[in-house]
Amino acid sequence: MIEFDHVRKAFGDHVVIEDLSLRVEDGEFFVLVGPSGSGKSTLLRTVNRLVPIDGGRVLVDGQDVATQPIEALRRGIGYAIQSVGLFPHRTVAENIAVVPRLLGWPEAEIDARVAELIALLKLDEPGIAGRYPDTLSGGQAQRVGVARALAARPKIVLMDEPFGALDPLTRESLQASVKQIQRETGTTMLFVTHDMDEAFRLGDRVALMLDGRLAQVGTPLALIRSPADERVNEFVGGTRAYLRELAVRRVRDSMRRDEAAEGDAVSPDATLQDALGVMLAERRERLPVQGGGAILLSDIVVRPR
Amino acid sequence: MGCRRLRALAPLLILIALLVALPHAGGLFHAWFPELSHPLYWRTSFVELTLAHAALVGIATLIAVIVGLALGILATREAGRSLLPTVRAVAVIGQTFPPVAVLAIAVPLLGFGAAPTLLALSLYGVLPVLGQTVAGLDQVPASALHAADGMGYGRWRRLWEVELPLAAGPIMAGVRLSAIVSVGTATIGSAVGAATLGAPIVEGLVGNNTAYVVQGALLVGALALSVDGLLGLAEKRIRRHPL
Repeated sequence: MIEFDHVRKAFGDHVVIEDLSLRVEDGEFFVLVGPSGSGKSTLLRTVNRLVPIDGGRVLVDGQDVATQPIEALRRGIGYAIQSVGLFPHRTVAENIAVVPRLLGWPEAEIDARVAELIALLKLDEPGIAGRYPDTLSGGQAQRVGVARALAARPKIVLMDEPFGALDPLTRESLQASVKQIQRETGTTMLFVTHDMDEAFRLGDRVALMLDGRLAQVGTPLALIRSPADERVNEFVGGTRAYLRELAVRRVRDSMRRDEAAEGDAVSPDATLQDALGVMLAERRERLPVQGGGAILLSDIVVRPR
Repeated sequence: MGCRRLRALAPLLILIALLVALPHAGGLFHAWFPELSHPLYWRTSFVELTLAHAALVGIATLIAVIVGLALGILATREAGRSLLPTVRAVAVIGQTFPPVAVLAIAVPLLGFGAAPTLLALSLYGVLPVLGQTVAGLDQVPASALHAADGMGYGRWRRLWEVELPLAAGPIMAGVRLSAIVSVGTATIGSAVGAATLGAPIVEGLVGNNTAYVVQGALLVGALALSVDGLLGLAEKRIRRHPL
């Protein structure tokens, strides 16, 4: 659990965070989204004290971070950044092992954990563990960066626009990996991005940050359907936001179980966006769903109960 | 690779060959300089002078590395950033004094012999090490430092495990330059009584004995190239596998 309690931060005269309070629950995937300069990265960095705050408190599991030894605090929190920051003089395996080594894990345990993470993050190209960062693609490097952040099994992971520099396909694949790992391990994730689609795809809850304040906090659907004010509406995308809604909603929640249809079946876990895409590709208004049932074009248009 | 290593080690082989051959080359120098009655330097053995010369350079370089590295690290710490221009200025000014002047000032303080030479060489050796340490530490990727901080490296641990290994290549280049300059500069130490390969050169110049000058210069040249070759190998190795 991460709590921001009336946090305030200014650089000189410029107030970056203004009296901000927020609570991120255990096991939650929480996304801070906002334009550059909104203070979202600064807020993220107050958690591991890379940015000292001027007022208020930041608590991790009920403990004020300011009272904890800084190195122990940081070793206990996973951290991944857009520029990755792998150590060029260390191999992939050594880079992943950094925090466990700082924590003094036994060698055998470190080796096992590194092997596990290499598999988990699909870094299974033969011999990749012994390679140096300058031989990796951007996507591979960030997979290593994410593996490094997760290596010591932290309860809390901070990610600062980790996929911002990747091509769309690589980004989507990494988003899926991270979301899946987060769900399976129950990690509390605080994730910063300026990409609204990414925020809605990943976040259990999303906070839109504007000018150092939280403009709105809620589930992706809440932000899309009931934006708090005109500015939120503008950032979420106005009527285009409803296209984003399709990327958040799943087939299983809108389908009809007692009907059938012709054609290639879609997965019940597919998004409505995927389903609509298939409908457009096949010029059909109804599709079968794997395991029985069907989804209709009208179900996509209609708001679920 | 084998070829490159051979090329780096060749000057050392030449130096050894010279040390073995020169004492027996009296006839050759006699033929070359028939007007000289003593065409071969005899006061001290070449091996002894070479070892003394190398020892002087080694100790001076060690001192220069310790001082240069410490100042360079200090000047790149957050607290020491403001010192950087001053440190650089002092080091550059130090370099503009001719070594002879440093010797002239040092002799009344330290007396004749190796001590004033050591002082002059050490002072001279600091700048390349300092400059390269600062340059090397400055080019460590900021993202790696940011990540190191975020993962909980302490200040000194980050220096030792991340910054210095990544700056090792440039620092080694500075050490190499410092040592080579010292090999050349050490020759003037014999003017104030230090035992170096400068002895035959100085005596040859004073006594109009060109053969002595040639013998001293050959050995100094071979020694400088040997040092360059050996430290060059070390530098290449460190750049490839910084540890």
